[in-house]
Amino acid sequence: MQVDWSIMFDFIPQLIAGAKVTIYITVLGLIGGIILGVIAGLMRAYSGKILNAIDFTYIELIRGTPIVVQVMFLYFVLPVLADIRIDPMSAAVLAIVVNAGAYIAEIVRGAFLSIHKGLTEAGLAIGMPHWQVLLYIVGPLAFRRLIPPLGNQFIVSLKDTSLFIVIGVGELTRTGQEIMAANFRAVEIWTAVAICYLIMTGTMTIALRAVEKRMKIL
Amino acid sequence: MSFIEFKNISKAFGPLQVLTEVDLSIEQGEVVVLIGPSGSGKSTLLRCINGLEMITGGDLVVDGLSVHAGKKTLREIRQEAGMVFQQFNLFPQMTTLQNVALGPRKVRGVAKAEAEKQAQELLDKVGLSDKGEHYPAELSGGQQQRVAIARALAVKPKVMLFDEPTSALDPELKQEVLNVMLQLAKEGMTMVVVTHEMSFAKQVGTRLIFMEHGKIAVDDDPRTVIDTPPNPRMKDFLSHVE
Ligand SMILES: Nc1ncnc2c1ncn2[C@@H]1O[C@H](COP(=O)(O)OP(=O)(O)OP(=O)(O)O)[C@@H](O)[C@H]1O
Ligand SMILES: [Mg+2]
Repeated sequence: MQVDWSIMFDFIPQLIAGAKVTIYITVLGLIGGIILGVIAGLMRAYSGKILNAIDFTYIELIRGTPIVVQVMFLYFVLPVLADIRIDPMSAAVLAIVVNAGAYIAEIVRGAFLSIHKGLTEAGLAIGMPHWQVLLYIVGPLAFRRLIPPLGNQFIVSLKDTSLFIVIGVGELTRTGQEIMAANFRAVEIWTAVAICYLIMTGTMTIALRAVEKRMKIL
Repeated sequence: MSFIEFKNISKAFGPLQVLTEVDLSIEQGEVVVLIGPSGSGKSTLLRCINGLEMITGGDLVVDGLSVHAGKKTLREIRQEAGMVFQQFNLFPQMTTLQNVALGPRKVRGVAKAEAEKQAQELLDKVGLSDKGEHYPAELSGGQQQRVAIARALAVKPKVMLFDEPTSALDPELKQEVLNVMLQLAKEGMTMVVVTHEMSFAKQVGTRLIFMEHGKIAVDDDPRTVIDTPPNPRMKDFLSHVE
């Protein structure tokens, strides 16, 4: 079979539909992941022994297992063990939330703890409660250091959605595979799929660079 | 009761005993200068006063408030005891005016406009009238330290704690900070100062404390003991700092 690049254009509507699902899972998953990650990260950095131990366990469980196994747990194991049934889409979003949350927690913890201790002491010394010191002094400084590693995680999570092919979510990679199954145009299809991913990750990179540029690291 | 009272206090970091059964009373209006060899516990003693370090034995009372009485009381103590650090520790993302206004706004509940007006007055006082819109990184060390003093004063403390405020500064910048401190002392501010500037101690100090191995070895009038140290190790120490 001859390679015919023009055929790529025929798949565009299908690929866009797949990319939309990818974006949907990524955006929802990352919003949840950021919320979970910030809470878990601050807990790791500042809470007492028990909360810290729970948090540590969560982070290590997630970092120590592949995301494919995690989504399998959510989709196939939870119904059996806990009688909780969720659809593939929810399982996919939840997998990103839980997975990105663990990595973001470590990023948040690292960023907050990297801020010079003297600044926290200066805030406490003027009589501010600890939460105010974190909110007004340490937080804004940590945020600047958070952006580059956070951007990295966003891109990783976006690409991780391709693994949800295992539970049959119709995202971009699965869309590619379905088209493939119909016409066997491997070269054209996987090239098109790759380009779609590059456009999405490239947009993210450019957006993050713009944010980074506007914020001086202090 | 004295304004600040250390009642048989001890402080240990794990197995390391840093302060041992210290008794010390400081009255309002006093300017207490703390000296002593590195590691003798000067910073720790100072930081126990505003609870940046928690004492592990005894009791410490500031203006009737015990450092053991809980978080809220501790915050009250901190509002009464301003602190100036060796490394300035200004908030780098804020202008100097914002640095000075932050405490009154968040801690004393002063409205923004009023807090900034007071902050400007304090910047005037420390000789930095025109630096309000500058960021800390744009200032010299001496200027930064004067902003730090203004920031501490903004909360209207009754006592000021200084931990080697001029040690990180080049010699030619020390004096501008010392001048602000001398001025404060002359206005009657209660001060506890860790410093090696013996001229400061002689000019405005009401007491000189020489610390050694976590204990107060000498506590006397600065002019008397600087010229005739009662203790051979203090004599040795002074010969090194001057
Ligand atoms: N957070 C801490 N954890 C463990 N040990 C500490 C801590 N802070 C201080 N120390 C130890 O306590 C002792 C006294 O320290 P401190 O900082 O009070 O001394 P200092 O008299 O201020 O010395 P310097 O002149 O060097 O500033 C030192 O041995 C120091 O290593
Ligand atoms: Mg010290």
